[in-house]
Amino acid sequence: MSIHLLVDFGSTYTKLTAVDIKKECIVGTSRAMTTVKSDVLEGFNLALEKLRNAHPEMGDIEAISACSSAAGGLKMAAIGLVEELTAEAAKRACLGAGALVEHVYSHQLSKKEIKQLKSANIDIILLAGGTDGGNKETIIHNAKKLADAKLDVPIIVAGNKAASDKVDDIFSDAGCEYYIVDNVMPKLKKLNVDDAKNVIRKIFITKIIEAKGIKKAEEQTGEIIMPTPESVLKASTLLAKGYEDEEGFGELMVIDIGGATTDVHTIGEGVPKRTEVILKGLEEPFAKRTVEGDLGMRYSANALVSLVSPYEFKKYYDYQDKDPSKEDYIEDSVKKRLENVDYLPDTDQERAFDKALARICCDYSMSRHVGSVEVVYTPLGNMYYQTGKDLTEIKYVIGTGGVLINSPDAKQILKEVNKKSNKKLELRPDDPTILIDEKYILAAMGLLSQKHPKLALKLMKRHLK
Amino acid sequence: MNTVVIGVIGADVHAVGNKIIDHVLREHGFEVVNIGVLSSQEDFINAAIETDAKAILVSSLYGHGELDCKFMKDNMIEAGLNHVKLYVGGNIVVGKQDFKDVESRFKKMGFDRVYPPGTDIENAIKDIKEDLNIS
Repeated sequence: MSIHLLVDFGSTYTKLTAVDIKKECIVGTSRAMTTVKSDVLEGFNLALEKLRNAHPEMGDIEAISACSSAAGGLKMAAIGLVEELTAEAAKRACLGAGALVEHVYSHQLSKKEIKQLKSANIDIILLAGGTDGGNKETIIHNAKKLADAKLDVPIIVAGNKAASDKVDDIFSDAGCEYYIVDNVMPKLKKLNVDDAKNVIRKIFITKIIEAKGIKKAEEQTGEIIMPTPESVLKASTLLAKGYEDEEGFGELMVIDIGGATTDVHTIGEGVPKRTEVILKGLEEPFAKRTVEGDLGMRYSANALVSLVSPYEFKKYYDYQDKDPSKEDYIEDSVKKRLENVDYLPDTDQERAFDKALARICCDYSMSRHVGSVEVVYTPLGNMYYQTGKDLTEIKYVIGTGGVLINSPDAKQILKEVNKKSNKKLELRPDDPTILIDEKYILAAMGLLSQKHPKLALKLMKRHLK
Repeated sequence: MNTVVIGVIGADVHAVGNKIIDHVLREHGFEVVNIGVLSSQEDFINAAIETDAKAILVSSLYGHGELDCKFMKDNMIEAGLNHVKLYVGGNIVVGKQDFKDVESRFKKMGFDRVYPPGTDIENAIKDIKEDLNIS
């Protein structure tokens, strides 16, 4: 047997997937609590032991690949000039690299913002601003501010090429750790994030992993090659595009509802489907990821329920015989989840409550991810502006993350992505086929795809149901 | 770099003139940032900020230009673009009006130059070069 072991050091669980490369099958999966605080290998070894016990026939492990979102994942700040242009491009570069974007700043940084950056515990800063040959003043001002602040954080410079020499001098004189890469928006509305993404990953592998105490795992697992969300994005892209003669699924969407965040990935052009629609705003990436930090089942449960009124909440909550006099059930249930983030629902009512939370995550994250249209009345008749991606013709929606994998109602929860009569201007999927990542293998398949893309694709097609 | 932002303002979809202006400006060595039709004031302003444009050339052909251009210079000043030249041309008002009146109204609104229908783009380019000190 030739086993390739895929490891995902998650914020809560360390998850293992063993793949037999020759037989082209998944041998088994296992998980154990992530142990970043003591020794990250404890959790890994425990999960490996579980895997071996369950599959004694499993032979020697030939290769291991790992990704990580443990210890808070990869936290970034994005800085640009105009909020909708270079600041947004910088933000998308971070998201595409699998980061959580804690802060986005536009125009010239103020003292207050620098203070905020200092206290924010950021792993990497991405500094953009100006098209190539465009505005230099702001990025130079911001570089000076960052240099003066003496933050012990790597800075990636991805702004106006014409200002890069000056910025280079500022950071080298100040002794900062910095990297100069291609502009994230070289021409107006043109998105160019690959170079920045590669450097983010490089810094993640070499520095961030170490700072978070996960580096130790590399003694046994080999290099941790990317943040987990990037791995999921890679798996999704492969699944959409196909590989050689193995066909892909075409345009698709992946929703990952977690304890702290909801991630949405779409693979597809998302261009207007009708001729009277004009595309506005910054170019959209083919593989797009958005992360909602206020939509999560546990850590973010409080923020989540504050988005909806109790009246609206009832629309998502389909538990019938609740005591109508007990109005504070929302508060109590949320509290239970915040105090015990490992909580698994044990009654029908609690299960229904989790389902309601998941439906809200799904519905709200969709509203924020998909593009929308706006009607313009012109003398030549109605025209439409489209901002963002048109995802009406997406064929597949794939659900992953604990709540979806473990809920018998997963497919019903995911129906929330569909076109809605009260959200007509949002370009949501019409009626996609819904699949569930039952074995929780998407991140693992993103890792596997680095060496065995065809096999990763075949396994996803076999196991997503 | 002599960057200029061009586009058609408001709910106006006249694309042909826009393409001609784009072409001729490039021939004269300008770096053209063309934001196209159906563009709002905000689109012009954001484009000019990021690209460090020296001038904004607003086209309007459907008669509602006067409404669409209201407060544009004020908004540019708010956005820190008071140094950027602002031009407008096309059928910029409703019906046939005395151009002298139209020109003075637009100048009052902060436009540096105002062009009547049928202006030859070459003439406008002469003005732009003069205004931007391009030999």
